[in-house]
Amino acid sequence: MSERQPILSVRNVSKHFGGVQALDKVSFDVFPGEVVALAGDNGAGKSTVIKAISGVYPYEDGDIFLDGKRIAFATPQEARDNGIETIYQDLALADNLSIGANIFLGREPMKRLFGILPAIDRKRMAEAAKETMKRLDFHVDRLDAPVAAFSGGQRQAVAIGRAMYWNARLVIMDEPTAALGVPEQRKVIALIQSLKAEGKGIIFISHNLRDIFEVADRIVVFRRGENAGERTPGTVSADEIVRLMVGK
Amino acid sequence: MAAPQLQVNAGKSILIRIAELRAWLFLILLIVFFESWARAAYGMSFIVNLYNIQSITVFATVPLMLALGQTFVIISAGIDLSLGFVMGLSSVVAAHMANIAAAQLGLGPFPAMMFGILAGIVVTFIPGLVNGWLIAYLRVPPFIGTLGMYGVARGSAYLAGGGMTVAVNNEWYSVIGNSRPFGIPVLVMIAVVAIIIMHYLLSQTRFGQHTYALGASKAAASRAGINIKMLTMRIYLLSGLTAGLAGALYTGRFSAGAPQAGEPLLLDSIAAVVIGGASLFGGSGTIWGTVAGALVIAVIQYGLVFIDVEPFWQFIAVGTVIIISVLVDQAQRRFIGGRQVE
Repeated sequence: MSERQPILSVRNVSKHFGGVQALDKVSFDVFPGEVVALAGDNGAGKSTVIKAISGVYPYEDGDIFLDGKRIAFATPQEARDNGIETIYQDLALADNLSIGANIFLGREPMKRLFGILPAIDRKRMAEAAKETMKRLDFHVDRLDAPVAAFSGGQRQAVAIGRAMYWNARLVIMDEPTAALGVPEQRKVIALIQSLKAEGKGIIFISHNLRDIFEVADRIVVFRRGENAGERTPGTVSADEIVRLMVGK
Repeated sequence: MAAPQLQVNAGKSILIRIAELRAWLFLILLIVFFESWARAAYGMSFIVNLYNIQSITVFATVPLMLALGQTFVIISAGIDLSLGFVMGLSSVVAAHMANIAAAQLGLGPFPAMMFGILAGIVVTFIPGLVNGWLIAYLRVPPFIGTLGMYGVARGSAYLAGGGMTVAVNNEWYSVIGNSRPFGIPVLVMIAVVAIIIMHYLLSQTRFGQHTYALGASKAAASRAGINIKMLTMRIYLLSGLTAGLAGALYTGRFSAGAPQAGEPLLLDSIAAVVIGGASLFGGSGTIWGTVAGALVIAVIQYGLVFIDVEPFWQFIAVGTVIIISVLVDQAQRRFIGGRQVE
């Protein structure tokens, strides 16, 4: 693993908010086809570090490298343009729009009506949606249905499909299973496996240790803004992760 | 693990289509009702009557103009309460400027009218931009921001008109407002062009698509990289412009600019959009629905006069249709889900 270049490399990143040290020299790597779970109690710095990576706010000290190049994005849009897609807990889907319209939201493909008038190419959006959902093993029979018609796990698939369609190198998932029932959580775990199979790097944040153990290749534990340890699921117990999280 | 399926029952999709077409169904039911009444009571037809069709469509034109802009605003989860008096302001300015152009610039009647119409439309940039700026940049709720503009536009319209109706003496205005080449009123022709343009904007462009997204979820639109502030500005600007056009057309129809021209039409415009199937929570609605909604209101108002019912019944009838329409909308959401409009 050390021979390969990591997709993402976080090195000694620090950040404070006023007098509060939110991140103190945090480091970790994400390799292609690898799921890195970030574990930690509330306020441990998990959200802060992903926001620093995805351009929500700047970091102060240290470096973040994407494919070996130092990055410091000013906006989430800039991060997205460079292949970092963040899937938020609330999914950020437009419920009234179809799968295709959601995948292409803000970047709609255009065609010419009667050779002159620019118009959204809905057929292309629908085809891309079908193609993408197939890659995720979802078979869609009605591409014009708004995503509101789908279940939580299916909507998660749409959000993941969007990241996939735009060839994200790194997908950040913040509590993707939190709002879901158990069968739906299983589906999301399966979706993460397919992202992995495509060689994406995945950062997975969850409170659910069972999900972490099932899907993660490595677990990076944070405590009060610092690295508290790094473990591999096969060689560690859930109790030990909890001990690292709470510092006892 | 079994492949998850995305399935929406095909039978439901027919119900969804019917629910979407409800404004047109209302319209047909109303026409059938008035037709039966007219035949039974007077032994004549209500709808197979060129004069009636001309009157109803002309009657619908000005409120429809307001409703076209309001459709975009409501889809974006906003509301524009200033439209009525923005229209009045435009109407007064269109009348005044045409008079000035003829009297002081010495323009002929046609250029003077065009000058007036243009001035009436241009003046609506100001309330449109201010509404958009308040809502997008200063985060004023649309209801409050446009309510403030309602007052500002109202005062400005009366001040511009010197407190009264401004008569305009220009034969071209009455051509626009009242002539009917080949039996088709010019107002209706203008309305048809406006409908086509607005339908294109809403259903075929990114602007329209992003308006739907904004109405469904600000966060989703913003995270997708859409500049939601600029989008909001454009939506309210467009809404002001349609009110400007409505005001100029009003001036043509009555050969006068009136500050209070749009006062009763504001609620009609909202009613037309809602009857047309839009939700006041944003995210849904179509131009075709709004057109049907405006026609429903016009048919009720004209039809009740035609069958000689006391005019106050109009309010009750339109109010009832609004309530039924919202109930159908809620039922649709609850039981059968929706479908993306295109």
